[in-house]
Amino acid sequence: MSRAPRIAVIVFPGTWSERDFVHVATLIGWEARLVWHAESDLGDADAVVLPGGFAHGDHLRTGAIARFSPVMRAVEAFAAAGGPVLGSCNGFQILTEAGILPGVLLRNDHLEFRCDWQPLRVERTTSSWLAALEPGEMIRLPISHGEGRYYAADEVLDQLERDGLVALRYADESGTVTPAANPNGSLRSIAGIVNERGNVLGLMPHPERASEGEVGGTDGLRLLRALDGWLVAQPAAAERRL
Amino acid sequence: MRWQADVHVRLRPGIADPEGQTIAGGLQSLGFDDVVEVRAGKLLRLTLEAPDRAAAEASVAEMCRRLLANPVMETADWEIQAVEAAIEVGA
Repeated sequence: MSRAPRIAVIVFPGTWSERDFVHVATLIGWEARLVWHAESDLGDADAVVLPGGFAHGDHLRTGAIARFSPVMRAVEAFAAAGGPVLGSCNGFQILTEAGILPGVLLRNDHLEFRCDWQPLRVERTTSSWLAALEPGEMIRLPISHGEGRYYAADEVLDQLERDGLVALRYADESGTVTPAANPNGSLRSIAGIVNERGNVLGLMPHPERASEGEVGGTDGLRLLRALDGWLVAQPAAAERRL
Repeated sequence: MRWQADVHVRLRPGIADPEGQTIAGGLQSLGFDDVVEVRAGKLLRLTLEAPDRAAAEASVAEMCRRLLANPVMETADWEIQAVEAAIEVGA
């Protein structure tokens, strides 16, 4: 693909990280477009981002109202067609509520909102979202959430592990997964997962907030840039639909 | 006809409930040593129009299935009464 990747960044009432994603996209030469949740068309987007925030005030449950927004039908179709979708923080919560990813994100076990830099261990997956990172590698990304405790039934967790769908785990600086290094009580210290096809990534941390050295790190940018290679390797969504 | 439905959304058994644990700790610190466990949940009071009780029941069940509870982590149950009856009970 010779032209710049086009990213659709979805905005719900209460989304708060959309401009950070647009900033980072612009920084690296991507085209980014904000798409209001009431829209029903993603246009010619090559990838979709569901940013963090508090869509619809997180009322009832995080993501519970957002998943029925008109734009989500387009996101579901885009994901089903194999298009790259990334949901960070509230975006991850919306993807689980929509059933695009399994499980659910519950209130942090200590009931506090946690905003901090978090060491994460990259797990072995075949997802193109993780293509720029090495399995076992340690990265640091900011977390910023009150409801990030990943929960799924035991058999779902076993299947995630068996199929290599756990993308990131909370760990200490040495890469060891311990209860003390788990910032929210997530089962099996899960911080991010991918779907079976590997085109949908949901993660509680914020890669867009770790994309410039001035703000403390660039591991998030490394993760996001996997999209460049991925889009070269596959036709754009608009072409795929023909 | 108008109906009132009290929908109780509960966390499934076995899922850690830090809010309930914190409340239990608060009660115990007040000296309520008889408290063994607290599970926090949600009460949603719905007012709806339906021709009869069966129609109101069916509608509330569908609301729970589609939006009010996430079956991955929650269960929902409800009580329904005619609004006139509710006023009599309240009085």
